[in-house]
Amino acid sequence: MSRILIIAEHDGTTLNVATAKTLTGARAMGVDDIDVVVFAADPAAVAGQAAELAGVSRVLSVAGADFEHPLAARLAPEVAAIAGDYSHILAPSTTFGKDLLPRAAALMGVNQVSDIMEVIDARTFKRPIYAGNAIVTVRVPEGGPVVATIRTASFAASDGGGSASVEERQPQASDPGHTRFVKVEGSDGEGPDLSSAPIVVSGGRALGSSDNFAIIYGLAKKLGAAVGASRAAVDAGYVPNELQVGQTGKIIAPDLYFAIGISGAIQHLTGIKDAGTIVAINKDAEAPIFEIADLGLVGDLFEIIPELEKAL
Amino acid sequence: MVALKRVVDYNVRVRVKSDGSGVETDGVKMSINPFDEIALEEALRIKERGQAEEVIVCSMGSADVQQQLRTGLAMGADRAIHVETSGAIQPLTAARILLKLIEKEQPGIAFLGKQAIDDDCNQTGQMLAALWDRPQATFASKVDIENGTATVKREVDAGLETIAIDLPAVLTSDLRLNEPRFVKLPDIMKAKRKSLDAMAMDELGVEPAAELEAVSFEPPPKRGGGKMVESVDQLVSELKNKGLL
Ligand SMILES: Cc1cc2nc3c(=O)[nH]c(=O)nc-3n(C[C@H](O)[C@H](O)[C@H](O)COP(=O)(O)OP(=O)(O)OC[C@H]3O[C@@H](n4cnc5c(N)ncnc54)[C@H](O)[C@@H]3O)c2cc1C
Ligand SMILES: Cc1cc2nc3c(=O)[nH]c(=O)nc-3n(C[C@H](O)[C@H](O)[C@H](O)COP(=O)(O)OP(=O)(O)OC[C@H]3O[C@@H](n4cnc5c(N)ncnc54)[C@H](O)[C@@H]3O)c2cc1C
Repeated sequence: MSRILIIAEHDGTTLNVATAKTLTGARAMGVDDIDVVVFAADPAAVAGQAAELAGVSRVLSVAGADFEHPLAARLAPEVAAIAGDYSHILAPSTTFGKDLLPRAAALMGVNQVSDIMEVIDARTFKRPIYAGNAIVTVRVPEGGPVVATIRTASFAASDGGGSASVEERQPQASDPGHTRFVKVEGSDGEGPDLSSAPIVVSGGRALGSSDNFAIIYGLAKKLGAAVGASRAAVDAGYVPNELQVGQTGKIIAPDLYFAIGISGAIQHLTGIKDAGTIVAINKDAEAPIFEIADLGLVGDLFEIIPELEKAL
Repeated sequence: MVALKRVVDYNVRVRVKSDGSGVETDGVKMSINPFDEIALEEALRIKERGQAEEVIVCSMGSADVQQQLRTGLAMGADRAIHVETSGAIQPLTAARILLKLIEKEQPGIAFLGKQAIDDDCNQTGQMLAALWDRPQATFASKVDIENGTATVKREVDAGLETIAIDLPAVLTSDLRLNEPRFVKLPDIMKAKRKSLDAMAMDELGVEPAAELEAVSFEPPPKRGGGKMVESVDQLVSELKNKGLL
């Protein structure tokens, strides 16, 4: 039996593009039967979107009032309960997938493969370790399902045009009651999404203040780009945490990436290894960021950025 | 109870061995996983606020991990437990061992790092919570405890999520939770007298999980050599040539 189940990520109304990227990873495994499961308070809209992805065989739509917020403690037993029908259980390597899937894997009694970046065959995968300084090829032993998260920066989103059937299913577990959602605070959602934007402009510690960061937002706006940041800039409070790019932030693969006033620590670089073209602007000609940049310009960002904005 | 993993220091640029059998760890500086140091710092602060009686650090691995446990004791942990394993263990086995320690020690919080910076698995805490059948609050950037409930701000892709969980529970630390204290020399001396219990994994009756097999290791693909430009105009024309603007 070779069948794949993908856990859909969504916000209650819209399927997250990370799911379509996970599907591309799944399709590389040479398994024809690919189902997507949607847990939601009212799953119809999201299930409909999942059914349109090319390559999906079936969408399982599971409604439950307590699925309004995706709490791992609530969802992991649901995933484990339907896992028996599948050889592979996959989720995107986003904070949603990272929180949920290991909990489900433990209930199934298997180790998880985290962050698949390349599929060799149905049970053999490449994944990054040591902040991307090494790549390990791992094989999942026979005798248990493959439980894995997919590194979304490594796979393009699958196309639409599919027409999978949607099956309604009942929840199998109940709310343990010990974990309660309170709230989520995010940025206003202005501008393109950092995880999927074709152009990203990131600023580092060099910006010096959140007021100065306006210069980064200005350039991003001009380019239609998303804004990112180094950990140092987030730690200093210049920008909110969800803008952090790197080993412990977001792993992204834009066509064009600007690293402005960022030194190029390995933990930052691991977040942009798959970027198409990296542009570095830094006043220190010896900054490590220039070793990996495709185009480098040495100088003071506070002079260069206004000039660049004018030239665009 | 705080889990401390011994890992290659984050400043070391690791290299894959030329025969692809692993990464070079001989003679490399080893440290406490930075996330675990943050977890320990938070546990110590919880105790200093009078919300915990004792902080226990534990680690799994060879006898070498006792160095990191001693550092944890010097930071302020009260006692340490070393579970000796033959070779490295993967997250599910680590979680099974931690569960045994929890059953013995009955902690109110099991505090782990959100990920270990060597294997970057980001699994162990979530697995432990599942096996323990208790709540989890992963990627914590703020923790408040009151009347047996922890209110935790979590760093998620969308921003900051707040959840409330009943204790006992598993917490995993993110980077901005706190800044760990520095260890002072007198504390290192004092730590030598604190209790460090060692036991074998077999004594705990833990069944190791089926392990993922590491087939081979390779260095990451290199990015092609870059080019320095002299001016903003040259930068813009290069980007236009590449069809990016
Ligand atoms: C466990 C762990 C995980 C981490 N995870 C991440 C992560 O996910 N993402 C991340 O980014 N970091 C991460 N880090 C931190 C990382 O090691 C670096 O500390 C961080 O990336 C540095 O940020 P920076 O480049 O902005 O700051 P700095 O290293 O201070 O660099 C600032 C740069 O700006 C340049 N500069 C200064 N003024 C100007 C000017 N006027 N014009 C132009 N250039 C100027 C300087 O020459 C310098 O190169 C992590 C660290 C650890 C230990
Ligand atoms: C296929 C494969 C092959 C491997 N081969 C080797 C090898 O040849 N040599 C080698 O040295 N390692 C090897 N490892 C690494 C070892 O198995 C890892 O310790 C294990 O995978 C745990 O992953 P992690 O630490 O990234 O877990 P994570 O889930 O990222 O860890 C999260 C947290 O769990 C806690 N934790 C995890 N492990 C421990 C521990 N031992 N003690 C205390 N706390 C802990 C810490 O608080 C940590 O912050 C291999 C791993 C894999 C997957």
